Amino acid sequence: MVPILKQGHVLIATIMAALSDEDMRQFREALLDRVVTSRARAVIIDVMAMDVLDSFATRTLREIAYMTRLRGARTVLVGVQPEVAMTMVQLGLHLEGVATALDLEEGLAYLDRLDRRR
Amino acid sequence: MAPCQVRVPIDSDGDIIIARQKGRALAAELGFSSTDVVRIATAISELARNVLSYAESGEIRLEAMNSRNRCGLAIVATDRGPGIIDIEQAMQDAFSTSGGLGLGLPGVRRLMDEFTIESTVGAGTTVSATKWCRR
Repeated sequence: MVPILKQGHVLIATIMAALSDEDMRQFREALLDRVVTSRARAVIIDVMAMDVLDSFATRTLREIAYMTRLRGARTVLVGVQPEVAMTMVQLGLHLEGVATALDLEEGLAYLDRLDRRR
Repeated sequence: MAPCQVRVPIDSDGDIIIARQKGRALAAELGFSSTDVVRIATAISELARNVLSYAESGEIRLEAMNSRNRCGLAIVATDRGPGIIDIEQAMQDAFSTSGGLGLGLPGVRRLMDEFTIESTVGAGTTVSATKWCRR
């Protein structure tokens, strides 16, 4: 449902279409499994294809980011569409503690900068 | 001219997606801005999930309203669930009895222009939310 690719120490998950709540839960489990088995240092989740980020999707993304952090890896959310961002703010949804970047390229560049600072 | 009414039964989480896709198509057809289309789709998502979490099943009805100088889209979420005991409390941010975020109803009210709830304990709940667009 959601392809997860590994590029170096980074896992890249691209959500290709709207996900049901059950798909979202399965994605969370699959991604966390991959974080553990691949010893990834970072996860990029591309949500560009998501037409809606409602309370359930937002909460699940926050959980993924938190669980990933407990495994010592970072999460960067990329591709939040401007209309989706405006709606999330109005709805009162927060993504505190989740790094964001404009797109996949910017997300990788952000992780690169963090790596070099170490 | 857009169809006047679309009914989507809500019985599983896949139906949430069907309801919001139909709402998105209807809103786009009525000429809503892309931001309003996302607001409407998100409101449908929240209301349909409430139906599932609190009543297990119900219906989302989408009504298109079209007149010379304005158009509107009404979302009517109906269930025969347990009803809401304290509507005032349900309309507060961060209040939830289903383990959710509790942002559903007040958030939906902020996304839409008009918002009403009718609920009878033991009989069910109907939430109506309408968005208007000017021509």
